[in-house]
Amino acid sequence: MPSEVPDIDIEVVQEFLVESYENLDRLDREFLALEENPSDQATLAGVFRTIHTIKGTCGFLGYNKLESVTHVGENLLSRLRDGHLKLTPEITTALLAMVDAVRDMLRSIEHTHREGDGDYSGLVARLTELKDGVTRPSADTAASPDATRKTLGEILVETGKITPEAAQHAARLQAEGDPRRLGEILVEEGHIQPQEVLNALNVQTETRGAGVADTTIRVDVALLDKLVDLVGELVLTRNRILQFVPEQNDPALEAASQRLNAVTSELQEGVMKTRMQPIGGIWSKFPRVVRDLSAACGKQIRVEMEGEETELDKSIIEAIKDPLTHLVRNSADHGIESAETRHRLGKSPEGRILLRAYHEAGQVNIVISDDGAGIDPVRIKNKAVECQMVSATQAAKLGDGEALQLIFLPGFSTAEKVTNVSGRGVGMDVVRTNIEKIGGLIELQSQLGIGTTVRMKIPLTLAIVPALIVGLGSDEGEERFAIPQVSLVELVRISDGVHGIELVHGAPVFRLRGSLLPVVDLAVEFASGETQPRRNACIIVLQSGDKQFGLLVDAIHDTEEIVVKPIDQPLKTASVFAGATILGDGKVALVLDIPGLGQRASVLSESRERIRQEAPAVPAEVVARQSMLVFENGDSERMAIPLARVSRLEEIDRDRVEKCRGRQVIQYRGQIMPLFPLSSSAGAHRGPLNVIVCSRQGNEVGLVVENIIDVVDERITLGHGHGPIVVRDRVTNLVDVDAIVDRVLAEFAAEQEVPA
Amino acid sequence: MKASQQFCTFHVGPLFVGLEIERVQEVLRPQPMTRVPLAAREVSGLINLRGRIVTALDLRRRLDLPDRARESQPMNVVVRTSEGVVSLLVDSVGDVVNTTGETFERPPETLAASARRLIRGVHKLPERLLLVLDADEAAEIPSA
Repeated sequence: MPSEVPDIDIEVVQEFLVESYENLDRLDREFLALEENPSDQATLAGVFRTIHTIKGTCGFLGYNKLESVTHVGENLLSRLRDGHLKLTPEITTALLAMVDAVRDMLRSIEHTHREGDGDYSGLVARLTELKDGVTRPSADTAASPDATRKTLGEILVETGKITPEAAQHAARLQAEGDPRRLGEILVEEGHIQPQEVLNALNVQTETRGAGVADTTIRVDVALLDKLVDLVGELVLTRNRILQFVPEQNDPALEAASQRLNAVTSELQEGVMKTRMQPIGGIWSKFPRVVRDLSAACGKQIRVEMEGEETELDKSIIEAIKDPLTHLVRNSADHGIESAETRHRLGKSPEGRILLRAYHEAGQVNIVISDDGAGIDPVRIKNKAVECQMVSATQAAKLGDGEALQLIFLPGFSTAEKVTNVSGRGVGMDVVRTNIEKIGGLIELQSQLGIGTTVRMKIPLTLAIVPALIVGLGSDEGEERFAIPQVSLVELVRISDGVHGIELVHGAPVFRLRGSLLPVVDLAVEFASGETQPRRNACIIVLQSGDKQFGLLVDAIHDTEEIVVKPIDQPLKTASVFAGATILGDGKVALVLDIPGLGQRASVLSESRERIRQEAPAVPAEVVARQSMLVFENGDSERMAIPLARVSRLEEIDRDRVEKCRGRQVIQYRGQIMPLFPLSSSAGAHRGPLNVIVCSRQGNEVGLVVENIIDVVDERITLGHGHGPIVVRDRVTNLVDVDAIVDRVLAEFAAEQEVPA
Repeated sequence: MKASQQFCTFHVGPLFVGLEIERVQEVLRPQPMTRVPLAAREVSGLINLRGRIVTALDLRRRLDLPDRARESQPMNVVVRTSEGVVSLLVDSVGDVVNTTGETFERPPETLAASARRLIRGVHKLPERLLLVLDADEAAEIPSA
């Protein structure tokens, strides 16, 4: 029975084939060289190694027949190498026959995944004889079955179309000088129908057809890198040319440049593809890693994979290899419980680690989840306090989701004891740094007793990225920056009159479809002088992690394919720049590092970011999440209003407050707006009044408060929309704002109706 | 200091300074400069050197000299360092000067500390003094 390929990745076999073909071709040359110079030890040793390698690999892959042939060949070669035998033409012939036999079997494996039906026992016997020093005429050793070298006559005889005698007869005629081809002789002598000769010829050519070795070649990665660089330069040059063309007004040039554009794009895509590798390449070792680990810790763990075929650039694959390994190890070591524990908890004794990869919006998402113990936020907090990473009071204020994020701090480890697997305190911070270094994002969610999920978003490639070019400042002194499109959510144009940028206690925000978006003014951040409110501006809504923020710029230009080039390290200290690029006009533009910029502008302040990250993990039914404006009413009582109910926040000069029928009012946006102090002492201090403007059916009411504290995103476990709740570990009264506004408006209207 | 040496010379404010010729890759006319926000004040910006992005440092600021007039455009002296290349901005470029070891002297003790790191010594040329810059020190990019 021919042995079948066992459960081994086709890819592994493919690799083995390519490698072996290469080796065999070299062997042919080396044997011939050896014939010239039989005592060349180096070449002999090389031949021995090659055969040894093939033998080893096919033994591993379960190709027994191939192994047995190479095994005797190896034995023979080892005697030659050690000088026990001298290489004779006989031995060379036998070894070449072996090489041919190996080639046959490889070809058979390539096409049918089997070693083929060839019988090599004669060859094996011959090689064994030679090894033992027996010599005999070599004529028949060459008669190994060899599909590619089979003559037409052999094929016809084997398939029973003609008798061996007929074939011999025809061959003899040829040898005697008959100029006709074998097939012609056979047909003309009436041994066979022409059609059958044609069929046989087809068989002959098919077996010689293109194989793996002809369709793939090995290329040095350095060469590919060089190509990627060159394509990058070509893209930049193309960008430049495309900018010049419209000015020239030359249709021929335009046509040529369009062609250049198309070819460049295609070339870029092609070159990038050469560097793409399936993520399965790095995943494939995880089942083994986990198996060893689970054996070591007495656990049962199954690794499941989805989307192994998802492709990423080679450099990215390299960069995420270690972080992924670390996460899988973590899951196996810390995450999954022992079989007994799982049994006791009513879980299946076999733990599961799921690796998932998929494309989404030009990025690759990688998810590693386990159904293990989850991470205990309390333990994380205790550990963090113990390691003096946060103070006890800070820790107490952290929510569960926030606490989880502590494990990304440098030096954090919760492992009770250091195992040989993990828990050495170098871990998640390195993982996060490595992922962010390649422009990726990582987030972690965990539910105690249910499991932990780590999600990563990874760019497809680093070399050429689409980016939005934005401008800062006016025409002449305009500065341009590139924003990688991966972080881009949407663009909003704002002009005077429409709701512009508003301030929440000094922090600029923008009202985007009913919720407040923190805004970073790039001009302020980069101190480019012009910081007054501008007539027209654009807000670029950016995504970093699970957090969105807006970037205020003066102008939005085109999108361009950019090549991110390195800038000198000292310029990166603020970590707001990922690098620089050369734009179409040849000028240099800095590439913004969106997470870095967000951190700097503290819109991505750690705690806020964490709160957001927590959101998807929470089941929606019991708790509702709400963004709330938290403030003090003046009697040092904390209050909160759902942010959605807040129209604006204003600081109002006391001079503007007027009296009307016993009530404080101000003229506000062309209307008379009643003010309502939320406590007797609200606004009693000096300075402008802090007013929260709320509206109800087009009428606005200003709630006067002592001071605005913050905007928080909190889970509310409350049936009705008001009453005391706990926000950030402080008792906070969630104000029934609608009731207040209605009452104030009703009173105000009633007072107005009273005749003067 | 070795017997004879060649220096590329430049004018930076009132100073006449020189860099060893083998450290100077090229001298460029004023280049379009891209400002780097948040960088140290010595960093004038980035230039596009044939597709390569090179940091430009203002040698006046490096040497604690007053800034040049706004309208005057600085020349770029592209210097090789162990890290790559850096462009030093100077007011104007002088000749290549041949020196011998005899004219060299250590910098005076009275030199300001900030300048002493950058200035390795002085060549007493017949008509004026040539300040020898330490290329590595001068081209070191300060972080903000």
